[in-house]
Amino acid sequence: MAELDTSSGGGKKGGGKVRSKKASTRVDLTAMVDLAFLLITFFMLTTTLSKPTAMDIAKPDKDDKSEEKLELRASQTMTVLLGKNNKVAWYMGEAGKTAPEIQSFDQIRATILANKKKVRETTGKDIVMVIKPTTGASYKNFVDIMDELLITGIKTAPAIDDENILDSEKDFMKQQGIL
Amino acid sequence: MARAKVARKSTSIDMTAMCDVSFLLLTYFILSATAKQPDPLDVKVPSSTYKIKVPEKDIAILTIGSGKVFFETAGPDIRASTLEKMGEQYKISFTPEEKKRFSVVASFGVPIQNLKKFIAMDSDERKKSGIETGIPADSTNNQLSDWILNARKSVAELHSEGMRVSIKGDAAEEYPAVKKIVDILQKQKINKFSLITTAEGGN
Repeated sequence: MAELDTSSGGGKKGGGKVRSKKASTRVDLTAMVDLAFLLITFFMLTTTLSKPTAMDIAKPDKDDKSEEKLELRASQTMTVLLGKNNKVAWYMGEAGKTAPEIQSFDQIRATILANKKKVRETTGKDIVMVIKPTTGASYKNFVDIMDELLITGIKTAPAIDDENILDSEKDFMKQQGIL
Repeated sequence: MARAKVARKSTSIDMTAMCDVSFLLLTYFILSATAKQPDPLDVKVPSSTYKIKVPEKDIAILTIGSGKVFFETAGPDIRASTLEKMGEQYKISFTPEEKKRFSVVASFGVPIQNLKKFIAMDSDERKKSGIETGIPADSTNNQLSDWILNARKSVAELHSEGMRVSIKGDAAEEYPAVKKIVDILQKQKINKFSLITTAEGGN
C-alpha cells in the first residue's frame, strides 16, 4: 500500500537484546471498504432499475350497445395496419379512397409526425389514430406502435381496433405480402 | 541552531468506522431488495419509452409466451384467498398447508386439476416435470377467466381496491395469441389494462 514511512529513523541503538518485532494488530481495511461500496452501488442500482414499466391500454367496450358512436372525420384520421415481417401499412382518411403505403417501423415515426402537422394545419384539430393489428403482427409490433404514439406526442386516445379489419384493407395487405 | 523537527504523521486513516457504515448500508440494500423469483416461463419483454412503474400491490400479471399463459397475483393473502375461491368453484379442497405453500408461488401455469400435484413439488421438480403446460383458456374450459375473476374478488374483499391486470407478453408472440387473452379480459369488462415493458435505453 502507498504509505509513508513514519518511523523516526535510526533504528539501531547499538547493543542490547534482539527483540522480536511486535506485529501491528491493525489490518488495512481500505480494500474491504472498496468492495463494500462496490456492492452497495450494485444493489442500489439493481433495486431501482429492474422495475418494469407499464403501458396503459384502453380498449373500447365490446358490449357497448349505445348508439352514440363517435364519428371520425376522414380528414383527421390516420389508420395504421400492422402486418407481418415488421411492416406497417398506413393511410389517411377513409379506407379504399387513398392507397395505403407500406413502411417499416423505423420510418413510421416521421410519417406520423408529418401527418400530425398536416392535420393540424388543414383542419386545426388533432390527429386521430386508428391502430389495427392484424393476425400477422407480433406483440412487439403492437407495443412498438403504441410507443411511437407516445414519442410523437399524440394526446388523443388511439382507437385500437382488431375486430373490424375491412376487406379492402385485407386485400391490399395480401397483395403486398404482409398479411 | 538545530532545526525543530516536525513530527511526521501517519497518512493511513482508520477505516474501521467507514467499513462499519458501508457494511451496514450493504446489509440494508441486500435485505430490502426483494429476491426476484425466477420466471417459470421465460419471456423477452419488448421495450418502450413509457415511464410509469408497475404497481406492486393489487395486481395480476398474465405472462404470455410460446402459446402458454401463466398467472400471477401479488401478495400471499390474495393468493391464498384466490386459491380457496377456485377450490370452491372446482370442488377441490386444499389443506391449510397447501394454501401456505401456494401463497409463495409467484407465477404458475397449471390446469387446476394438476394444481395439488404442483403444490407438492419443489421448484426444481416443477421445472423439470413439465407439468406447467399453461392455464387452459379455451372457450369450453376457461380456467384463466375464473382465476382472474376470483383474484379480483379477493382483492376487492381484502383490500377494497380494484385489481389491475397487466399483460407481460413475449416480444415474438403473435398478436392473435395476445388478442385471445385480451378478449377474455374484455368479457369481464376489463377494458383498461397495462402492458409490461422494459425501459428503453437512450431516447
